[in-house]
Amino acid sequence: MKLLDKLKRGDDVIKKEMIAMLLAGGQGSRLGIVTSKMAKPAVAFGGKYRVIDFPLSNCINSGVDTVGVLTQYQPLRLNTHIGIGIPWDLDRNFGGVSILPPYEKSIHSEWYTGTANAVYQNLEYIETYHPDYVLILSGDHIYKMDYEVMLDFHKENDADVTIAVMPVPAEEAKRFGIVITDGHGKIVDFEEKPAKPRSNLASMGIYIFSWPVLREALIRLSSQNGCDFGKHIIPYCHKKGKKLAAYEYNGYWRDVGTLNSYWKANMELIDIIPEFNLYEEYWKIYTKNDSLPPQYISAEATIGRSIIGDGAEIYGAVHNCVISPGVIIGKGSVVRDSIVMKDVQIGGGCVIDRAIIAENTVVGDNVTMGTGGDQPNQYRPDIYNSGLVTIGENSVIPPNIQIGKNTAVSGDTVRADYPNGLLESGGVLIKAGGEE
Amino acid sequence: MRAIGIILAGGNNNKMRALTQRRAVPAMPIAGSYRSIDFVLSNMSNSHIQKVAVLTQYNARSLNEHLNSSKWWDFGRKQGGLYVFTPTITADNGNWYRGTADAIYQNLEFLKSSHEPYAIVTSADAVYKLDYNKLLEYHIEKKADITVVCKTLRQDEDATRFGTVKMNEDMRIEEFEEKPMIALSNTISTGIYVIRRRLLIDLIEHSAEEERYDFVTDILIRYKKLKKIYGYKIQDYWSNISTIDAYYQTNMDFLKPEVRNYFFKQHPQIYTKMTDLPPAKYNPGSAVRNSLIASGCIINGTVENSILFKKAFVGSNCVIKNSIILNDVYLGDNTYIENCIVESRGTIRANTRHVGENGVKVVIEKNERYSL
Repeated sequence: MKLLDKLKRGDDVIKKEMIAMLLAGGQGSRLGIVTSKMAKPAVAFGGKYRVIDFPLSNCINSGVDTVGVLTQYQPLRLNTHIGIGIPWDLDRNFGGVSILPPYEKSIHSEWYTGTANAVYQNLEYIETYHPDYVLILSGDHIYKMDYEVMLDFHKENDADVTIAVMPVPAEEAKRFGIVITDGHGKIVDFEEKPAKPRSNLASMGIYIFSWPVLREALIRLSSQNGCDFGKHIIPYCHKKGKKLAAYEYNGYWRDVGTLNSYWKANMELIDIIPEFNLYEEYWKIYTKNDSLPPQYISAEATIGRSIIGDGAEIYGAVHNCVISPGVIIGKGSVVRDSIVMKDVQIGGGCVIDRAIIAENTVVGDNVTMGTGGDQPNQYRPDIYNSGLVTIGENSVIPPNIQIGKNTAVSGDTVRADYPNGLLESGGVLIKAGGEE
Repeated sequence: MRAIGIILAGGNNNKMRALTQRRAVPAMPIAGSYRSIDFVLSNMSNSHIQKVAVLTQYNARSLNEHLNSSKWWDFGRKQGGLYVFTPTITADNGNWYRGTADAIYQNLEFLKSSHEPYAIVTSADAVYKLDYNKLLEYHIEKKADITVVCKTLRQDEDATRFGTVKMNEDMRIEEFEEKPMIALSNTISTGIYVIRRRLLIDLIEHSAEEERYDFVTDILIRYKKLKKIYGYKIQDYWSNISTIDAYYQTNMDFLKPEVRNYFFKQHPQIYTKMTDLPPAKYNPGSAVRNSLIASGCIINGTVENSILFKKAFVGSNCVIKNSIILNDVYLGDNTYIENCIVESRGTIRANTRHVGENGVKVVIEKNERYSL
């Protein structure tokens, strides 16, 4: 029965004013081996969080209690993390969080071929809730935002589509999708990664659509190959003469799509008063907590300017680091300017500089990381750069090994893999268990 | 599991002085992240006990807050669950719980409507791990009426604040004295009992008729010749927290690697209520040695041989030694704290000095706090 008929008949219709569709299917290939076994939204951030915690927490803090999470690439980690949504209070009788993977249909089954296509394939999910508005989010940015304020803006402007934008420096603008406004919040034109940007307002990939407008566009463009919000849906709405508004956001927002930006955003958290403050009571960020004991700092440890998660045990020296829960750092080791993820064990006598060490990795005694010259990576200088050492999850680094800068190591490595006990700067060592 | 759990969490204890003015002993914070009742609740959950009643009466706000959801201990099930019973006025009863037996009596319906054959009755003022299945097996093997979990204290520990027991070679308890002037042995009752549910109902009803209200003196001691009461010795770590010194010492035990390893690393786990706190933050100027730090702490000063509970803030040039800083304490700059327990939500002004000269000092300071 149609909604209108039900309303006429006086049946109870439970509806949600706005629901969110969170795009979490992307690989994030520029994070290299860090995302070889998990989607980008599942990557650890800031010690105890994962990237997807930020949009999910924003949703619940904004009063959006119905969230569809669209997964596709390596969803296991994401599924176990989200579960039924308890950490975010998204375990609801009606609504709450739902994980929406691609599924087989009687005819024309396909993967999610693009962001809008993924939403199109879940039209039925959206219609269950009879929403007036649909919020489109991506699971790979670090920020705090009140989507309810954005919705108010959308309503005030009588918009059909509202795009969240933020001002970026002119020289950065050419990396983004740029919107050009009439100066009163109305969008008049777009440019995708323009060589000569006409405006400094970059799209943040956050959209509010009035549902009938989005529904019509999704159905009309359903045969579009790789249907994408930025490339197809928004231009279509614009062409159709729909009212597009730009909602300007001026707070903290970071894209953590590259290893270097990921590393930098983590390091910003350890500033004395971080610009992105996780310690304030207002607008908390929620995450799945394992029941962990407090961290133990031994008598011989020294710690300066770092954040450290629960259950970690530190016997060495830690400076400018983001240390996740359950990490053990052995006696006499020095770890500097590094991100160490959950349950990593670092032996004694190690010297580690500018490393990103992914979950469950075991590093033997007397390993040195980040030594030598600054030669670019021999295979993927576009991914492994900025002098960072990247170690994939579940890897093993044998004792007494030296690893240079701009390197990547993944898998159960043994001493024979390192000629003269050394992986030179720019080297890549990926063994079974890890993938390029 | 063939038993239900009954946790006697009602009592106050004036030996805890000011620390229990605002909370019941079972809600006392332990080892940075836990509360005392977490140990018994986790033991029950890990022993697959599915139905647990917590009987509380004294200043239960903090305890009730902690127990606001049963999911942390995995009791959020359709079968069974976690029940919190506070005294209520009914048509035929207008009293508070007049004792431990009376507390059970006033909630006898819970026992009567259960179908599990056994009940595990326990207090919540001790830190330990115990598989109640093993205890139950022992109870059945001994054909006991009641089994009391006992602990043999070290010679230097004071047994007179506990119930002391004397057992024969078959482990049957022959002598039982509650808080004796002179201890008859250094084996004490830990306040953990196994009993058939039916027998417990009978004994409790009988005591109530005689207007007797205490489980230990009116049931255990009174029936020690009549019923077969056996002792089960707990060999591993067990520590009661119900005096200031014992509370301090139990917490400090967690700085020992073997104690940490036993509780934090070895299976099974201890669970607690989840809080949404960020990782601990170490700013320039911080120096931390041999200490446990919980999440949400921000440290700018020196911390040695201490335990910082959740959300403690340590100002610049502070020195904290051999101390326990409870949840959400703010320590202003240049503060010196040694041998102290700082009560939770305290705000210590800058340039303050607190030293426990003869034993541990309890610091309770409520000052205005300006937070960001």
